[in-house]
Formats: sequence, C-alpha cells, structure tokens
Amino acid sequence: MKPPPFYYAAPATVSEALSLLSEHRESEPRVLAGGQSLVPLMNFRLAHPTHVIDLNKVTELSFLRSDDGRLTIGAMTRQAVLERSAEVRLGAPLLAEAAGMIAHEPIRHRGTVGGSIAHADPAAELPAVALAMDAELVAASGRGERVIPATEFFLGPFTTALEPDEVLTEVRLPAAPGTGYAFVEFSRTHGNFALVGVAALLELDGDRIGRAALALCGAGPCALRVTEAERLLAGASPDGDAIGEAAEVAAAGLTPSSDAHASGEFKLRLTRIYVQRALETALARAQDRR
Amino acid sequence: MPETPMSPTPMSQRHRITVTVNGQSHEREVESRRLLVDFLRDDLHLKGAHIGCEHGVCGTCTVLCNGESIRSCITFAVQADGAEITTVEALASGAVLHPLQEAFWEKQGLQCGFCTPGMLLRAYEMLQRDPDPDAATVREGIASNLCRCTGYQFIVDAVLDGAERMRAGASAAAASGSAETVDS
Repeated sequence: MKPPPFYYAAPATVSEALSLLSEHRESEPRVLAGGQSLVPLMNFRLAHPTHVIDLNKVTELSFLRSDDGRLTIGAMTRQAVLERSAEVRLGAPLLAEAAGMIAHEPIRHRGTVGGSIAHADPAAELPAVALAMDAELVAASGRGERVIPATEFFLGPFTTALEPDEVLTEVRLPAAPGTGYAFVEFSRTHGNFALVGVAALLELDGDRIGRAALALCGAGPCALRVTEAERLLAGASPDGDAIGEAAEVAAAGLTPSSDAHASGEFKLRLTRIYVQRALETALARAQDRR
Repeated sequence: MPETPMSPTPMSQRHRITVTVNGQSHEREVESRRLLVDFLRDDLHLKGAHIGCEHGVCGTCTVLCNGESIRSCITFAVQADGAEITTVEALASGAVLHPLQEAFWEKQGLQCGFCTPGMLLRAYEMLQRDPDPDAATVREGIASNLCRCTGYQFIVDAVLDGAERMRAGASAAAASGSAETVDS
C-alpha cells in the first residue's frame, strides 16, 4: 500500500530537528532515520504519523570516532559502514560481526545504528550488542543532553527510555581490549529477523573466566542481559561445565512467545543452544587473542 | 513542515526536488508520501524498477542511490532530492544489451522477469566491488532479492558468466585504450 499523507521536514542540524520536535509535540511527530522499519510500517498503515522529521540530512550525526579504543558512533551512521570499518572491526568486533547479520546489504545501506536501537525491535541485533557492550546512549532534546546506559534503555517491545522530545544522537562503546566476542543467531531464512540471537563477550583472567557479558534478542519482549548466567561464568574454569550451565541458566527464566515462525518452546531450546555456541566461540577467541 | 496557510493539509504540502536519474537531471514537485519507486515509474515513466511487496522485502524495486543499492519502495522521493539514482534502464545502451544482461539472456537467468531489474542492479553493484566473485559470494549477495521462478541457480550462473564478460570487456577496453561506458 501507500502511506497516508503527512507533513515532512528534513532539518540539516540536530538543533533544528529538536526545535521541530518540540514545536510539533502535540502532533506526536515521528523521527525518520534509515526508514527500513518505519516506512514499511507506514506503507502498511500500521504507523500513520501526521508529522515526519527526517534525519537523513543531519550530516553531523553520521560519524565514527575512536579515541583510546573507545568508539563513538553517530546515530545516523549506516549499518553498512559498521561491517566495512577497520575501526569497528578493531575496537568493537562484536558490533562488526552483528552488523553483517542485519537483514541484507541493500537494507544496511540505508538502515542506521541509531534507528535500529531507538526502534527497539525485540529481534534486532544492535540492541543486544549495545546491552552486551554496556553502551552509553546519548539522547538530546531542547532540555539538553543526557546519557542513558543501554541497560536502562530497552523497556519492552518497540519501547525505550527515550522521551517524545528526545533524539538518540550517539552510541558510545567502551574499549574492551583482549576480550573474546561472538554474535550468533538463528533465522529461518538468510537475512531474516533472527528467532533468537546471542551477543557474548568473555574475558580471561589467568586460566579462569574473568568477566562475561551476555545479551539476547528474540528471546523476550525486548533485548535483554542475562546477568545470572554472567555471574555463574565469572571466575569459573573454562574447561569445566560452566558454559553448559550458563546456557541452561540463561534460558531458565525466559518465556519467549509463540508466533507464526516458531513456538516459544523451540525458541527456548534455540536460546540454550545459541548461548552455548556464542560462549564457546567467545572463549576460543579470547584464548586466541592472548 | 508547519501547518502554514500555504499547506493547510499534509496532502497540499509539496516539495520541489531535483533528482539525477541515469545521468539526467529531473525537477519535479512531489507530495511527502510519494515513494521513490512511484516517482520513477509514474512521474518519470521509467518502468524498470518494479513494485512487488512494497515493504522492502522482495527487492524488485532495487535502484542504486549514489552507487549503493536501496529499496525504492521504502524510500520517499523527497529523500532522493540531490541524489544520483541509477535504474535498470541505464544498463543497456540503446538496443545493445549490457554484458550482464546478455549473460542473463544466455544462461536463462530469468523466467517471468519480474525480479530481473532488481537482480541486475544488485549483481551489477556486486561486480563493481568484486569483479571476480565465487558462486557462494554471488548466492549470498543476491539473497537480498527474491525470485519465485528460477530457484536462483540460473541467476547465479548468469551473474558468474556476466562477471566474466565484464572482465573480458574491461581488459579489451584497456588494451584498445578506450573507456567503457556502461556506468552512466
């Protein structure tokens, strides 16, 4: 179908975008980033905003910066940039690996980092990566700027901590040198949304597992961290059964919903298997990096 | 965007855009909600880009925007203001098919032809970056585009054959010192 009529503006700067958001707040304007989710929703008329504020001309939001291994990514940076960037592969290999699994390349040419995170699709890869990496998400509004930890950002399906007058402007990723990483997912056909995806980071401390970070997508109402499994891994011997146990624990509290693509029971089984695979890969990479 | 007396309803809000399509500049007025694919087909009468699923899944509306493949059914025409768009019409020069199109013909890389414009542009983009891909790379690359007829095998064959023709064309052109003119 075609979208219903709407007012459209393409501001050139963040401050212009924020003024438009506040000026039209009564009309509940929608912010348009890459448009790879919002425009299909508008074509289906599942979303029918009367005011659309397009960020595609806001060039100041399209950047990648690296200082001391700390990576800062502008919200309008295209997903395709992530998989091709040497800085991202080096500074945030988990992100580079996950980026290659987002839909298909033509989608990644338009889809943005900020758009995916702010849209908060429960099955999307980038929210899980942001959670696992302890990303800081910068939100700007007419009231100023605030930094939201990823762990406080995702509240439910398509629901985030962003206020209606706020725009997600950048994603800050802490440096994680020497960390093993893995992003794995299961989808029914290549390039489709994952039924379940797992982001894992694992550090070694001597011959034991030091810190582990584990986040899931597709397995709950939104992307989520599984801290109980992380605690179980910390200090454990990598040779023992810790990874298998962590996989059990990660899936234990979850009740993924059944849908046309898979039963909740099957998704739970996938979660256990993919957590195990992610941790095994992350461990092997951590050992390789020594 | 403001509801000024000039545009009392969203439908009356018009945008003047200038889009370069296949090397030719076009200036038009569009409504905000005008999809790029409808702009190309109905305003510019370029019927190459097809409308399939209209939600970014099937890929038959694929065009190149500043050299990169995008879905023109989930891009608004107003967003293409100032951009360079390439449609499948740019591949052939007059009655002479592009080597990639010849390969699709020879290898039967199409049956009904509905997905073909998207397949050609996607393949063309891939071959610009990697002129000599293996079959697995081609298969992965065209996974963004759906074909309900061929089972993909003949398309993969056609892209590999097209790659060979394009390489041969490029080296022949280099040998004779003439520039290839496929990219408009």
